[in-house]
Parts: sequence; C-alpha cells; structure tokens
Amino acid sequence: MWGFLKRPIVVTADINLSLVALTGMGLLSRLWRLTYPRAVVFDEVYYGQYISFYMKRIFFLDDSGPPFGHMVLALGGYLGGFDGHFLWNRIGAEYSSNVPVWSLRLLPALAGALSVPMAYQIVLELHFSHCAAMGAALLMLIENALITQSRLMLLESVLIFFNLLAVLSYLKFFNCQKHSPFSLSWWFWLTLTGVACSCAVGIKYMGMFTYVLMLAVAAVHAWHLIGDQTLSNVGADVQCCMRQACVGQMGMSQGVCVFCHLLARAVALLVIPVVLYLLFFYVHLILLFRSGPHDQIMSSAFQASLEGGLARITQGQPLEVAFGSQVTLRNVFGKPVPCWLHSHQDTYPMIYENGRGSSHQQQVTCYPFKDVNNWWIVKDPGRHQLVVSSPPRPVRHGDMVQLVHGMTTRSLNTHDVAAPLSPHSQEVSCYIDYNISMPAQNLWRLEIVNRGSDADVWKTILSEVRFVHVNTSAVLKLSGAHLPDWGYRQLEIVGEKLSRGYHESMVWNVEEHRYGASQEQRERERELHSPAQVDVSRNLSFMARFLELQWRMLALRSDDSEHKYSSSPLEWVTLDTNIAYWLHPRTSAQIHLLGNIVIWISGSLALAIYALLSSWYLLRRRRNIHDLPQDAWPRWVLAGALCAGGWAVNYLPFFLMEKTLFLYHYLPALTFQILLLPVVLQHISDHLCRSQLQRSVFSALVVAWYSSACHVSHTLRPLTYGDKSLSPHELKALRWKDSWDILIRKH
Amino acid sequence: MMRMKKRKRRKRLKNPFQLEMWREAPGAPCGVAMGRSCLCTGGTATETCRLAAMTTLMLIGLAGYLSGYDGTFLFQKPGDKYEHHSYMGMRGFCAFLGSWLVPFAYLTVLDLSKSLSAALLTAALLTFDTGCLTLSQYILLDPILMFFIMAAMLSMVKYNSCANRPFSAPWWFWLSLTGVSLAGALGVKFVGLFIILQVGLNTIADLWYLFGDLSLSLVTVGKHLTARVLCLIVLPLALYTATFAVHFMVLSKSGPGDGFFSSAFQARLSGNNLHNASIPEHLAYGSVITVKNLRMAIGYLHSHRHLYPEGIGARQQQVTTYLHKDYNNLWIIKKHNTNSDPLDPSFPVEFVRHGDIIRLEHKETSRNLHSHYHEAPLTRKHYQVTGYGINGTGDSNDFWRIEVVNRKFGNRIKVLRSRIRLIHLVTGCVLGSSGKVLPKWGWEQLEVTCTPYLKETLNSIWNVEDHINPKLPNISLNVLQPSFPEILLESHMVMIRGNSGLKPKDNEFTSKPWHWPINYQGLRFSGINDTDFRVYLLGNPVVWWLNLLSIALYLLSGSIIAIAIQRGAQLPAEVAGLSQVLLRGGGQVLLGWTLHYFPFFLMGRVLYFHHYFPAMLFSSMLTGILWDTLLRLCAWGLASWPLARGIHVVGILSLLLGTAYSFYLFHPLAYGMVGPLAQDPQSPMAGLRWLDSWDF
Repeated sequence: MWGFLKRPIVVTADINLSLVALTGMGLLSRLWRLTYPRAVVFDEVYYGQYISFYMKRIFFLDDSGPPFGHMVLALGGYLGGFDGHFLWNRIGAEYSSNVPVWSLRLLPALAGALSVPMAYQIVLELHFSHCAAMGAALLMLIENALITQSRLMLLESVLIFFNLLAVLSYLKFFNCQKHSPFSLSWWFWLTLTGVACSCAVGIKYMGMFTYVLMLAVAAVHAWHLIGDQTLSNVGADVQCCMRQACVGQMGMSQGVCVFCHLLARAVALLVIPVVLYLLFFYVHLILLFRSGPHDQIMSSAFQASLEGGLARITQGQPLEVAFGSQVTLRNVFGKPVPCWLHSHQDTYPMIYENGRGSSHQQQVTCYPFKDVNNWWIVKDPGRHQLVVSSPPRPVRHGDMVQLVHGMTTRSLNTHDVAAPLSPHSQEVSCYIDYNISMPAQNLWRLEIVNRGSDADVWKTILSEVRFVHVNTSAVLKLSGAHLPDWGYRQLEIVGEKLSRGYHESMVWNVEEHRYGASQEQRERERELHSPAQVDVSRNLSFMARFLELQWRMLALRSDDSEHKYSSSPLEWVTLDTNIAYWLHPRTSAQIHLLGNIVIWISGSLALAIYALLSSWYLLRRRRNIHDLPQDAWPRWVLAGALCAGGWAVNYLPFFLMEKTLFLYHYLPALTFQILLLPVVLQHISDHLCRSQLQRSVFSALVVAWYSSACHVSHTLRPLTYGDKSLSPHELKALRWKDSWDILIRKH
Repeated sequence: MMRMKKRKRRKRLKNPFQLEMWREAPGAPCGVAMGRSCLCTGGTATETCRLAAMTTLMLIGLAGYLSGYDGTFLFQKPGDKYEHHSYMGMRGFCAFLGSWLVPFAYLTVLDLSKSLSAALLTAALLTFDTGCLTLSQYILLDPILMFFIMAAMLSMVKYNSCANRPFSAPWWFWLSLTGVSLAGALGVKFVGLFIILQVGLNTIADLWYLFGDLSLSLVTVGKHLTARVLCLIVLPLALYTATFAVHFMVLSKSGPGDGFFSSAFQARLSGNNLHNASIPEHLAYGSVITVKNLRMAIGYLHSHRHLYPEGIGARQQQVTTYLHKDYNNLWIIKKHNTNSDPLDPSFPVEFVRHGDIIRLEHKETSRNLHSHYHEAPLTRKHYQVTGYGINGTGDSNDFWRIEVVNRKFGNRIKVLRSRIRLIHLVTGCVLGSSGKVLPKWGWEQLEVTCTPYLKETLNSIWNVEDHINPKLPNISLNVLQPSFPEILLESHMVMIRGNSGLKPKDNEFTSKPWHWPINYQGLRFSGINDTDFRVYLLGNPVVWWLNLLSIALYLLSGSIIAIAIQRGAQLPAEVAGLSQVLLRGGGQVLLGWTLHYFPFFLMGRVLYFHHYFPAMLFSSMLTGILWDTLLRLCAWGLASWPLARGIHVVGILSLLLGTAYSFYLFHPLAYGMVGPLAQDPQSPMAGLRWLDSWDF
C-alpha cells in the first residue's frame, strides 16, 4: 500500500516522434491559411445552406446522405457562433463578417490532417515495416486532391477519416484477438470499429461500401474462429465468459466460448451501427423543429409535426371528417410536384389538339399551390345539406360520398370519356348538365387505405384514402402529366379504370379541414376564405418520422442534369478530369480538385501488380509450391483484402450508378490505393529482389519516384491552395492533359 | 440450284412475323412495346430487337413453316382472332418445349440428390404450377428460354457426375450439350447470360479443384482446360454467331428501322436506297446530303421547326440526331461566303475539299447549322448547336471547316467513305453527338453539341450518306460490304441501346422484383371483363409460397449444418451423406435461383412478372431437395424404424397431393375461365382470390 514511498513513481512514455511529426505536417498542410479564400468555394454553396438551416433550426431534406455529415459541419458553425444568416447562392460570393470561415472549415481540415498519421498506423498494424508506413503517410500528406478536399467545408475528408478509422480499429482489434481477447483494449477497438463504420455511413451512403467490406472481413475471421477447435462450444458456461468479459481479464483465450466471440462481434458491428444511425436521425429531428422550404415533399402528417408552416394552419382542425366537412385533398404520391385536388370555372376544350373530343365539362386538375379553389365539400348523397349536422356524422370506410367543389358547387364526376392526356383512363370533371343524355355519375366510395378495421373513421391528415367511382369502379388518380395552356399547366387528374395494385398516385389525404356551417353559397364562400379554428394537436412518433424521412431521402430523385465538371468513373483512374473549385474574382489565382498524377498512376500500377502477383502465388500454392514464408502470406492477403478490397468496393459500384458523378467520389478509393502502394513496394523489395544490390537499386528508384511525386505536388501547389496568381503562360504549362480544364483569363 | 430454291422458300417467311403478345390494359406500356420490339418483323433485318430473339425466331419460324403458317397475320393486338391463320404449329412447338421442363427438372434433382422422392416432388411442383403451364401454352419466348436454361443445367449436372471418368464418351456428350444449350439460352434472350454465369462459376470451381489435385500432371489439367474452352466457349460462340449469320442471310430486306444502323450495314440490305446504290462519288457544293454519325446507333444530323425551350441556351431552332430516315435529315452544303445557288447550270461544278470553310443549310427550314458560346442542353461542358438565320443568311457563327480524318483519300471528299469532322470556325469546337436522349421538348431525339475538347472519338466523326447532285454522274458503290464480325457487333450495340431505353414511368404501377416470389400480382394474358375468355398468368400460390418457405428453411438448415461441420462435429455416416446433398446439390440450385433473380434488382428498365420464371424453376428444385432431405433427417432422428419410414412417405405424399389439389383449384387461371370476376360469389374462382392484388 505504501509502495510508492519505497519506489519512486516513474512515468515512462513512448513517444513515436515520427508519428508526431507526421501529425504536425498534416496539420500544417491542411490548416495553413484555412480562411483563404474568404469566399464560397464550389460545393460549400451546397453544404452551406444546410449549415444555415441547422443554425436556424429549420427542417430540410437532403437526398445526398444521412444527416451526420451535415451535423459535423454544423458543429463547426456552432462552435464559431455562426447565426446562419448568409445567402448561399453563388460560388465565389464573398463571405460576410458573421460567417466564421475558420471554424466552419476546421473539422474537415482536422479530419484530413489526422488521416495522415492514421495511414501510418494502418500500415504498421498490417505488420509492414516502419519505412512502408512512413511511405504511406507521406503519400497521403502530399496528395493534392486530398489537401484541396480537406481544406474546404466538404464531407469527403471526414468520410475518409472514418473509413480509415474503421480499418485501423478493426486491425487493432484483430491484433488484440491473438493475445488478449475480451481485454479492455479488445472491447475498445471492437466498439470503435462499429462506431466508425456507422459514422462513415452517417456522413454519406458511400460509407456503406467500407462498412460492407469490414463486415465481410469480420465474417471471414469469425468463420475461422468457428473452426478453431481449441475454443469451447456454445455449451460452455456462458455466464462465465460474460463475467470474464465484464471484468476484462487478460489472457483468458482458453475456455471462452465461440458463442461469446460471435455475440460480441454481432453487437459491436451490427447493433451499435444501427442504433447510432437512428441516433443521428433522432438528433437531426430534435434539432430541426421549424418548418421550412422542403416541407412540401413530406406528408401532411409530418408537416403538421413541425413548428409553423402547416401546423399553424391545421392546429385547430377537427380530427374526424364528417358529412358536410370542407376539406382540401392532397395527393400522397406528390410527383412530379406535391399538389392538391383543384377545380375552376374553365371547362375542357370541346376538341383537343389531336382531334379527340371531350365532355366540355368543368376541369378538375391538381394544383401545386394553396388556393381557395382547392376546397371540396364532402356531401352525403342522400341529403341536400352542405353543412355538418349536429352531432356530426363521421364518414367511414366504404361510405358513399359526393365531393362538391366549394366555389362552384359542382360535384366531382367521371364518365366513359377519354382523359385529355392519358386516353386510356377516364376523364374526371365537375359535372355540368348540358342535357345531352350524359347523366351525372358523381358517386364515390371511400376506401381508407391505412385503416385499422373496416369501421374506421376518415381522419384529417392521418387517413390515406382512395376514391373509387361507383358506376365504373375507376379510381381517382394523379397521372403526373402537365395539361397544356388551356389547363394552365396544372396537373392532370384521371379516373384509372383498371387499377393494377396499390400505387401512391391514387391515394389522397385531407390536409386542411373544417366543419362547414353556412347554408348559403355566398356565406360559404366567405367561410372558405377564412382560416379554420378548433383545436386538436397530434404528434408523430420518432420511428414514424424517421421511416418517412429515410424513405423520402432514398426515393427523392434529383433531376440528373449534367454538371459542367461531372465525369465518368473510367476517367478517374488515370485522372483525365479535374474540377475547377474557385477562381479569384480579379486575378487568375484558382483552386482545382486535381490529384498528384504520379501518385494516381503509380497507385493504379501497384493495384495491377498486386492482382498479378496474388493470382500467380495462388496458382502456385494450389500446386503446393510456397513462394512466400509462412508469415508473409497471411500478411499479404490481409493487406490486399483491406486495401485492394477497399479500393474495389469504393470504386466499382459507381459503374452501376446512374447519378451525376464527380472526381471527388473517387477520393475514398484513392486513399485505399495509397495504402496499398507501400505494401506492394515493400513486398517487391523483400521477396522479389534477390540480392542486396537489387534491393539497394530498388530503394534508390523508390526514393527517386517519391521525389518526383513531391515535385509534382509542389508544382501543382498553386492550384491546390489557390494562393498564387499564375500567368497565362504558366497555367498553360500546367495543363498536362488536354482534358484538364484550367481556367485562363483572356484579356 | 438447290441453294436458290431453299432461299426462295425461306423468303415466304419474311412477312411481318411477330409472336403472340398480350397487354394488361389497353395502352399499358407493357404489351405493345414488348411485342413490337422483342420480335423481329421478319424479313427486315433492321429490327430493333432488344432480345436476341434470333434462335427463337428461327425455331418458331421453322415450326410455323412446317405447319403451313403463311406469315400474313399481323400480330398487333392481343385478343385479335387468328381466324384462318394456322397457329397451332407454333403454339404446339412452344408447349412441346415447355413440357420438357418437367423431365429436365426431374432428372436434374435425381442426379443431385440421388433420391427418387425429391425428384418426384420437384416434378410435381412444376407440373402443377399454373404459371409455368400458362407461359408454355402461348407463342412466347419464355418456354424456349426456360427449355434451354434447364437443358444447360441438366447437362452441367450430368457432366459433373461424370467427373470420375473424364474424356469418356458421356463426359464429352454432356459437356458439349451444355455448350449447345448455353448458346440456345443466350440466343433467345439476354437473360440467358445468367445461366452462362452459373455454368462458368461451376467450371471455374471444377478447374480449381483439378488444378489442386497434385496427382494430375499439368498436361492433364491443360487438357481439361482446353476441353472446357472448346465446349463451353468456342462451341456456343460458334453456334451463336452461326444463328446470326443465318439470320442476316434470311432477313436481307430493308425495313423501317434502317436508320439505326450504319451506312455500311444498310448497304447490304436489299430495298434500302444504299443497296447497289449509285450516287455521285465526290462531295460538291450545292449537293443535298445526309450526314450520319459514325458511332453506332446515333443517327443522322437532324433539325426541325422547333426551338430550344426557354432557359436552355439560346432560343433558336433545335439540332439533334435522329435514327430514322426523314426529310428533315437533308442538308445543303454551301460555300461560306456566297449565297448564290450553286446548282445554277451556268456555274461549273465545284468540289468540296479538305479544309474548306463551308455552311450547312437545313433543306426544309433554310436555317444554317450554327454554334455559339452557350451551354449545350445536357452536356454542359459543350456548346449548343442550333439552326440559325433566315433563308440561308446567318452570321459568322455558321461557318464550319470540313476536315477529312487521316486525309487518306486526297483532297476531295468521298461520299460514304471519307470520315469527316466539322470544326466550328469561331469557337474552334468540333460538331458531335453526345448520344444522350433529349427530354420531351426535343422529341426524345439525341443531343448534338459542339465539343471544345478536340479528342478524337467516334461521336464527333461523321460520314456523308445520301448525296444528291444532278450535275454529277452517279457511280456504283460496291465497296461498302462490311465483314460479318462488324455486322454482329453493330447489331448487338443497337439491341443493347434499345434494351436500356425502356424506362418505367413515375406514376404507373410497375412490377417490382420483390413482388415476384410472393406471387403478389399476375399478368392478364387475355380478357378483362366478365364476358371474356380470361387467361391469367399467376403462379400456383401453394407451390410458390412453399418455395418461398423452403428458401428460408434452406438457409436456416444449411447454415446450421455448415457451422456444425466447421466446428468439427462428428456426424454419423447417413447424416453426413444427407448434409452433403443439402449443401452441394441444394447450394448449386440456390446459386441458380440467386443468379436468376437478384440481378433484376439492379435493372432500371421496365420489368414484368414473367421474368421470374427461370428463377422459379430453380426454387422448385430447391424445394424438392430440401423437403426430401429434411424428412429423411427427421426419419433418421426418430429411431423406431416403421414410424420413421412412415414419416418420410407420408410427408412426401401429402406434399404431392396438396400441390395436386391446389392445381385442381387454380387450373382455370391457365386453361381459361369465363363468367363473373372472382369477387362475385357466382364465379368459378370465388373464394380463391387470396390476395387483393390478384385481379382475375
């Protein structure tokens, strides 16, 4: 107990100076003059608006990725005291003084800087030499594209950081596994793997690729573990190993059951990521509680859960729709634009442009703006009154209703006349009696799609309903086509005769609702113009909101109009393309996303060499010829699985994607290539160079190659930092490839 | 003499010749598009087949020919009566192939599991499946495709079991039969690629195993490799190309889709204006020409009286490329500085030379081909190309320098043979087509741009195709005969482009891959109303749901056994044998199901229910193997002998009888039903509409 009196207290610290130096250099290269340029650079214009939304707590929807990435950027803004007041509308716009540029760009830059020492660690954990590890880190350090991407408010560097963190912590965990499973550090690294994976997924869906890779590697290792006969079976005392796990005893590899191993991995790599992913959305929805410009895309129920916006209108509405209710009906599908069932005085033209005839009755359309003509009255076909009786008689599933247009008091009708743009469906109109033996067919049967039972009552906002025409069993549907000029470019509504299964374009929900009280048409019109009163408040559960938000994010398809700097995956490997990020308003100083071409080409070469060598070794091993020593082979395989595999999973899926792609999508794959490069070089030097002389020559070549990479990096530096204005002549000299788009001012 | 006769006979088959098709609703996008493009309008070689329907076409054609079909029926709308046309031969042929599925599946499972009851169960599932039955009864591609897939699977399994007697006669027989079936499968539809993938994986695993067998010398392994390359790669490719060769020979007439193909391709089609064409050889000022892009399936330089919409570049006349022959493809080549009519007989003929500055005037609208510093509509990096000016008077942005690539042919520019580039004088960009489809405002024609990057790609190289100049003498061109590989490649390019063009619409209900295994919704083959004779393509729900359950059960039991083996559990001999059947045989079939099902999730095109049927065959085989093995394991687990035997027999029998009874219930779907719809209690199908989404 008093031992400290007998012996001196000694603190020994191992400080890996090269690691410190790498971190320092990484920080220097990424943080140097971080606030320059003090203007919106490229995609900052895109992410910036979301940062502002976070600062103002306004709800938004972005289909580019889950909210964690945006939150990381917003954290920078929060730390810098950003109030969100900046108009993100133009690349190159000068930042106003209230924008804390430094702190906004700080987090991505830190992530980029820390990737450098992490590369060092990863190669070391793969059991390659210190020299190879230094090589990997130094390559990361001088890669121009990585520098550019980290110095701005962009997400790729953060994504790369978490990708590398996942790989690193898995390797640490894997190395712990051999000597001390269920130790504290074992648990720490295992959990960190799961956390890093889910953070990567949370930043961009692209993180999924690395996650899948880690899962695959972990599954293979777990499979080996199952085959390990020294471990006890499932039958062994589970409680015993649970206790061991809690206590974290060291060196208890014997006697721990396989089941515990598998369970620990499943929890860390499957449960934790899912929980964290939900947590991101939870925080996201907690933070953003005000309504904003993206409300329209969401369902009425979701909108009503936000502060302001629709909630302000619907707050006082009665819940149950009754006969006589005045309602607006919103299409649930809402594509191409969210819209409400609408009608107006104008009629369908007698003859369409293509010569077909119409019923010449009043048009029914879908209108994407709030309007008094969107109001409809739910009428009982058996009665004449357009008011709610007291007590109100609620409308139930299966009830027959008529929908009367509020302003014109004509009722919704469909008949065997071809719709204007979709001739195979029926025309929907508001019925005008021309006395030409075309009787009104205005009875609709109400079907509540999301009913709990068949006796359900039609509820405002919550119920999703279909209107089935009684005479023809056609279903009221938004066809998605825009009417020509005679229909004011509003959307076409049709009666779908042969409804083939459930489709959201046939489903409607009540958005605004009130009980009508006025008998007279004049009074009723006044009533329609005035907002509704009475109070019922509703709140969606988190899971319902999460599911809806996630679904909309995945289903939202941005129109893939091509961007000036978009490129195809084939162009990335050889760096045939670049992106101009920013141009100084007066001088020709400019920032480009442009890689270090020496590193890109040699990375691809290393990959090819790795593939060739591996297949050669594999074939030889199959014939029982072992070229590599016993320990070198698993090392070579694991390095390949993580680095070459990381490249493959982060690159190849892009060939299947149809969205607009940019060069920066390749950066995660590139980092894995950079990790592979020193691995291959060391392998060549260790196993393929036969004599000392060859080895020395090879090392000299590697040094020469690295200095050329440094030289290229230095030459491209003005385009990376944008700090120096080059003359047109110098710029032309930098255009090494015809396809590079370097901006040269014409005077 | 003989040959002549034969060709003449074949030509009787050339008439519009399409297979039966259906559509679910009038105008629903499925049927018509399907029928029209998948089936080659025989006789015209220039169909836009999205399916490589060659083999089929010929097989069915043969059947039709033998049974005396005269090829005059138009096959345009489902439900049309065949009247006096004899179609029984063709239907019989399809049904004949379709009925082979059952014995094939029986033999495959028998070989994989060595168990009669498993094979019987599989055969019963396929016999009693209403979906397979319906699909085989009509003139469709699917029975033929499934026939070849199953044939390939069967012969692959057979040759695997011959592995202990390599290079014996049966080994060679089954190996080459695999190759032949693969060629057939690919020849019918591109879905045949999946079975090729499966055979390929099997072969690689096989070779890998042989390579690791140190008792075999490298020479022997080499022999194995060569045999497989010969039978599984060379033979199918030869057959496949041979069918195409015959196809091109038989179908040598020009048709409506000619414009999809290059000038050279068209020259071999009789009836096309380029066949045995005689046109002026050298390009001269004042000639009326059409300009065709050299890249396949891009088309002709085209313009029409429509402007680019507001917000997309300058509001000037659209210039596009168009795949069909049309008056709007005609351009007049003029000198840049004079507007005088070069066809005036008083002027001498002046030839266009390499490097000349020219103007291209659109013949119908008299606007000049024009470009300027505006972004092109889709490819933002490029400049917009428009039609500009009135009656041929424009500005300096209308000037183009015409260049011959490689300048091999001297100074003058030869029609059809010279590969030319048009370089815009002011901006220095090159006229090209990006190959992207313009939205509705551009009539879904392809975008034309002017690219500032002077990369040499086929997109920016053109040739002059038609050439009309009354002042010049016509010469005959027989130089253009393309080689067979070129034709083959080109027709495939065109087919692939056509295939990827079928995109589903947003607001339409479309069949999704996840609907299929749960039998969510069928497909109307004919008839809608209660008075019609209705045929509805829907799998027998009992069979399909059993299949679905079996897949889940298989995954569960398979992984339990695999883990037990990996843990080194000592299994009794009988269990070990059964688990080998389950893992090996079942695994192979499961792989087949995976390969024939999951790729559809990645496809962006319109999908239909019947795409699932090849996968369903595999899933039924899996069900057979699984239940038999599980019941045997169960029987083994219960020690008492008489009871154990009973369990196995009773289990198999009840499954057989259950499917047979469900077939009795659902058979009207396939054989047709009349009378009220199923929701009506009077209907013969009353009470059988187990899912709301079934509409029979």
